[in-house]
Amino acid sequence: MLKMPAPDALVLGRREEIVAALRAIVPGEGVIAQAAALRPYESDGLTAYRQPPMVVVLPETVAQVSAILSWCHAQGVKVVPRGAGTSLSGGALPLADAVLMGMGKFNRVVEVDYNNRLAIVQPGVTNLAITRAVEERGFYYAPDPSSQIACTIGGNVAENSGGVHCLKYGLTTNNVLGIEMVTMAGEVLRLGGRHLDPAGLDLLGVMVGSEGLLGIVTEVTVRILPRSETARAMLVGFPSVESAGQCVADIIAEGIIPAGMEMMDRPAIHAAEAFVKVGYPLDVEALLIVELDGPAAECDHLIEEIARISGLNGAMTSRISTSEEERAAFWAGRKAAFPAVGRLSPDYYCMDGTIPRRRLPEVLRRMAELSEQHGLGVANVFHAGDGNLHPLILYDANKPGELERAEEFGNDILRLCVEVGGVLTGEHGVGVEKRDLMPEMFSQTDLDHQQRIKCAFDPELLLNPGKVFPTLHRCAELGRMHVHRGEVPFPELPRF
Amino acid sequence: MHHQPTSADDLAAIITDAAARGARCEIRGGGSKAGMGAPRDAEVIDMRGFTGVVDYDPPELVLTVRAGTPLAEVQRLIAGEGQMLAFEPFDHGPLLGGELGQATIGGVVAAGVAGPQRLTMGGARDHLLGVTAVSGRGERFVAGAKVVKNVTGYDLPKLMANNWGRLAAMTELTLKVLPRPRATSTMVLEGLDHIAAVRAMACAMGSHAEIGAAAHLPGAEGRRALTLLRVQGFAPSVTARCAILPDLLRDHGAARLLPEEKAAALWDAVRDVTPLADAPTLWRISLPPFSTPALLDRFALLGARWLLDWAGGLVWLAHDGDATEIRSAAAMAGGHAMLIRAPEPIRAAIPMQHPRQSGVAALEARVRRSFDPAGVFETGRFLDMPHAD
Repeated sequence: MLKMPAPDALVLGRREEIVAALRAIVPGEGVIAQAAALRPYESDGLTAYRQPPMVVVLPETVAQVSAILSWCHAQGVKVVPRGAGTSLSGGALPLADAVLMGMGKFNRVVEVDYNNRLAIVQPGVTNLAITRAVEERGFYYAPDPSSQIACTIGGNVAENSGGVHCLKYGLTTNNVLGIEMVTMAGEVLRLGGRHLDPAGLDLLGVMVGSEGLLGIVTEVTVRILPRSETARAMLVGFPSVESAGQCVADIIAEGIIPAGMEMMDRPAIHAAEAFVKVGYPLDVEALLIVELDGPAAECDHLIEEIARISGLNGAMTSRISTSEEERAAFWAGRKAAFPAVGRLSPDYYCMDGTIPRRRLPEVLRRMAELSEQHGLGVANVFHAGDGNLHPLILYDANKPGELERAEEFGNDILRLCVEVGGVLTGEHGVGVEKRDLMPEMFSQTDLDHQQRIKCAFDPELLLNPGKVFPTLHRCAELGRMHVHRGEVPFPELPRF
Repeated sequence: MHHQPTSADDLAAIITDAAARGARCEIRGGGSKAGMGAPRDAEVIDMRGFTGVVDYDPPELVLTVRAGTPLAEVQRLIAGEGQMLAFEPFDHGPLLGGELGQATIGGVVAAGVAGPQRLTMGGARDHLLGVTAVSGRGERFVAGAKVVKNVTGYDLPKLMANNWGRLAAMTELTLKVLPRPRATSTMVLEGLDHIAAVRAMACAMGSHAEIGAAAHLPGAEGRRALTLLRVQGFAPSVTARCAILPDLLRDHGAARLLPEEKAAALWDAVRDVTPLADAPTLWRISLPPFSTPALLDRFALLGARWLLDWAGGLVWLAHDGDATEIRSAAAMAGGHAMLIRAPEPIRAAIPMQHPRQSGVAALEARVRRSFDPAGVFETGRFLDMPHAD
């Protein structure tokens, strides 16, 4: 089981003083200290782990964020940032001796700049609310994580969130132009802006996906795109996972990058159909949902092409949406896949690895063996275009030892992903969930190069500690240099 | 001294030794951009010993290649599979008085080079998935991965793209490659001034025409100004999208289709900045497109020449005037100005990159020190070393 850094008794003993200091910065109901009121914050979307925070603070202004961080920095108090708390990897899991900073009150769309095709929003604005704010003029914000009605753009920046359309339209990092952020020392910095490719090192690129370890985002500038004229979906069933996988490769080899391309395996298809009854074929081993967007002429052309390619790959069934309702119905099953699987089993555990697509049949075969070995079922949904797997492991938390077995099964799946040339996480983040698996993918030298970035941003390691990296090295230790004959090269340069 | 490592071990030994000697090293591919930045006297680590493709499986959309491989060779290889580097990198050689064909893949990524398509398809940063490199510590490390979707750990490939050899020497790069569009058409509007051009381009960009690239070449002797809109994709789609433009842009002028060969030559000229290749001093200003007209108004009076890319969000400005004035105009417009080419005395005094806000500059310096504590890669090229301030 997961170990979090041991709470600092000294800090715990100063709780009242810390609460008072926070109240001096954020008046009224912006500081939550009562035990019962802290409970809603004790976990995020990874509900297997719970820990009430020491205190919650909900700032409303950048000046407050800066004052809180600056005070905590001076006092050596840890801070865990939180958006909507939808993280599936425990990125916002509180610490017993840390202040939890909720950014929900930063909920304003600051400006929509249609001329430059961008929107400036506060971090607590939900992903979908950005699209809502710009859709009257036919625009939208492209990354669409499945939690988009609830998750906030600040959290999306922290996690570099994706979505079903990210093969064509990119992840958060490809759609953010600039941020305002506050460092742990309380310094307010602007990275990027309303233009492309800011000068100097791409610090914005490192901030996106840094899981709340490097700074707290207080404003985000995103690109907005004109909504496509039409979107249509196809539902294609295959006799085997291999043939469906080959079809995906052939579609891409033909130069087609669909707006979305999802695959479901037999258990996932059956679970989804039983739940939403949208007419998914039940006699197939794999189902592809392919969405095309663009002008009608493009959709028509590509649908014909994909029908031809799937025919060559032995497709057993093929349906093409003829209305928005039908397109929505094709997606309904996929979008309900998690709750549908949830009906098969008291609990499920959602994994998130990426593999080279060509290894899919092998990975699914070995996953079936692991399923047998661990005695737990698994259903697979898969962002087929980019090789991002979401195995759903079925278990019952009330049966002693099953959660542990589910986690071990999950870890084996992720090890398998890395073994075939893939990665531990495609879009959910490392958080606490995959933290201890990091050495499967990176050597200690690789990890040290990453952790020194943390030292450049937050040398005291006060911001969201215990996430992403399996071992916390003190920065002085990481910064150690090999000194030749006692001479320090370039004595005029500052050392950190 | 000129080092020519052929393995990561060689490279690590060279860097470790340089750190111990207190030497400074410039990481160099083909040297096509060596003329940028301040004159300097550093040892050169020539990366052209690292060549060749490590892995390329076109349907996976992933290419792993050694850093010193010539850009032209990479582009030829993937074009053979109907694919492209969507950020449209180009060779700076001719622009800086050198030969064509020297640029390497590692060099263009390390310099964040991107062409007209950057507007809609992203820059080098958006297509660099993974890296193997040796940092200023003389340590070999891996960052990112070899799959198109990955959020494991900090996104170090973003830092490696556009690091200008200041953090690490990349030996191997994994890039996302995309299908090359099957059809390309370019619509043109003639005779617009820069204000009208920026408006017309914004109008097209906000439409269903899904413009891939938008540029503006001002009029010159005997030639009218050209505003170019590139539409790419499958033929039926390209036809349909071009067809909506004349009506959509009615208020801006008469949009017409350009003959394919002529269009291709114009896009090459925009990407390679050939119309301004004779200018002694050349700036590259990235800014919000709608801030461009006011910025140009100011420099038009001073006799500057320019061309616009990225729907007006990129200004190539040929102007010998006061650098401080250009930098402050770019900053006021919400952007930044990079000095691409200038006579040596100017490059010795004016930093190539736009200076950053002090907090950001300090953070950048800390990040650089974390990769390169001994300052092996601090060659003086960027005029922002602590002792040079």
